[in-house]
Amino acid sequence: MTSAPIEKQNIGNGKSNKRKYMLESLSSKLFLFCALLSVLSLLLIVGFVFYRGSHPFIAGGYSFFDFIFGVDWVPSEDKFGIFPMIVASIYATIGALIIGVPIGLFTAIFLSEIAPKRVRKIISPAVQLLAGIPSVLYGVFGLAIIVPFLQNYLGLVKGQSLLAVILVLAIMMLPTIVTVAETAIRAVPKTYREGSLALGASEIGTIFKVVVPAAKSGIMAAIVLGLGRAIGETMAVILVAGNSLITPTSLTDSVRPLTTNIALEMGYAAGVHQEMLFATGIVLFSFILILNFVLAKISARGAN
Amino acid sequence: MSLMKQSEGTAKINVKDLNLYYGDKQALFDVSLNIEEKKVTALIGPSGCGKSTFLRTLNRMNDLIDGVKINGDIVIDNEDIYKSSDVIKLRTKIGMVFQKPNLFPMSIYDNVAYGPRAQGIKNKKVLNEIVEESLRGAAIWDEVKDRLKSSALGLSGGQQQRVCIARAIAMKPDIILMDEPTSALDPISTLKVEELIAQLKKEYTIVIVTHNMQQAARVSDKTAFFLNGEIVEYDVTNNVFSNPKDQRTEDYVTGRFG
Ligand SMILES: Nc1ncnc2c1ncn2[C@@H]1O[C@H](COP(=O)(O)OP(=O)(O)O)[C@@H](O)[C@H]1O
Ligand SMILES: [Mg+2]
Repeated sequence: MTSAPIEKQNIGNGKSNKRKYMLESLSSKLFLFCALLSVLSLLLIVGFVFYRGSHPFIAGGYSFFDFIFGVDWVPSEDKFGIFPMIVASIYATIGALIIGVPIGLFTAIFLSEIAPKRVRKIISPAVQLLAGIPSVLYGVFGLAIIVPFLQNYLGLVKGQSLLAVILVLAIMMLPTIVTVAETAIRAVPKTYREGSLALGASEIGTIFKVVVPAAKSGIMAAIVLGLGRAIGETMAVILVAGNSLITPTSLTDSVRPLTTNIALEMGYAAGVHQEMLFATGIVLFSFILILNFVLAKISARGAN
Repeated sequence: MSLMKQSEGTAKINVKDLNLYYGDKQALFDVSLNIEEKKVTALIGPSGCGKSTFLRTLNRMNDLIDGVKINGDIVIDNEDIYKSSDVIKLRTKIGMVFQKPNLFPMSIYDNVAYGPRAQGIKNKKVLNEIVEESLRGAAIWDEVKDRLKSSALGLSGGQQQRVCIARAIAMKPDIILMDEPTSALDPISTLKVEELIAQLKKEYTIVIVTHNMQQAARVSDKTAFFLNGEIVEYDVTNNVFSNPKDQRTEDYVTGRFG
């Protein structure tokens, strides 16, 4: 076959370029708009929550100190103290970390360092699927399985308790911790492992003395992200917490963390009561903000 | 056969009919050679010919790779290393230095003390002695003695590679394997490492892979020329470079390799 000689001609075509430039500037504006939308939402939400939440302290003569450290929450008697809820939130989060972090880390180490490919192909998707389960289903699971279990085996009058919250939150933070930590461990250069093994270290010794320390900042990020998930969780917690307004002194106490307080009462609250729920939101938001700050610090250090 | 006659010193490592497969792909073909004690043996050859693969069979680093099959015998100090199951003991007897410096992200001290600690040595005084002795042995003590507690990754590439050598000799091995130890270094650092190798061979049996033929000529006593997973020629270094027996060796060492 002979191909016809290609006529030499400029491929560019003068008149369509104007449209290209217009499209270009239009699309860059569209991108900018989309990007600004999330900033705008953030400002709106935060601004609204802060505006409403700070009102009673600025204009209503309520003491912020009494709000944070008061132990009574009785809206009908004009008593708004959230100390028990702050304590419940902190205990629940720390408890979930104590259980979730070791399990999550060992899972991540197992998946990235030890598991044969076939095993990994089963466990990895399972962990990722765990992340996709709607949180209300975790609550239902907690209510149907964990709560009765605690009731029967620990002899609690009411299985809904701090311990139930901790267990549910620990399971919920697992996928976050596992996925982020696994990625961090996988990113540790193979040459570190070889160097350690060539020095006569065992495989387990290599993992704990070289690989995990080298992935330290990624693992810290995993923990902080898991923590964020736990502290902000609402739906699952409502179902298993019991929601009593006491400062918890034992794992078996029924508790009401910050998130559930807002969710339970916002529906019918009005006036100062409603504003105090917004103020509860401010406290919760401050926790999250501190966490994000810590996370940013960690990843900045990891980048060095 | 002619290979055997060449060996004058005592053989430290005897390799016989070694074949290695990555899955279905064969990478080493009937490799046989005796490596002499307290000599430097250089492995040369074009890239992909199996030099690293061969080197890594000597301390069983290929065990880490899925699907590797090995047959043949490697006898070190009268022990067939693939018949004995104590890999850790083998690797404490054989130090390894890699192509790129691979110090751990910890202090210089902790890097050098890593191997002894993994063997259960905890006594501070003993560790201090080992660290100093090893860093002196690797001719880097004077450069790092004031910063032992700072991160090893702050050193230059050449310094890091010498600390890697210190880390390897901290185990008091008999044998040191080096896989292109200077390929990532500048000429001056390269020279320092070569001088160090000349020092080390008084005490250690050294096997070094290098793509740099001048380096092989400078540092080694014997040279093995690898091609496509086979040993084409193994002889006293001088002979390999000035009087090769095989045409392919001659083509390679004179740079006429195509
Ligand atoms: N992990 C591996 N898996 C499969 N093939 C490999 C692996 N490592 C090396 N090879 C192959 O084995 C041959 C020898 O490689 P290598 O020993 O690294 O050569 P050299 O060090 O001489 O450059 C090459 O063809 C290479 O592609
Ligand atoms: Mg190589």
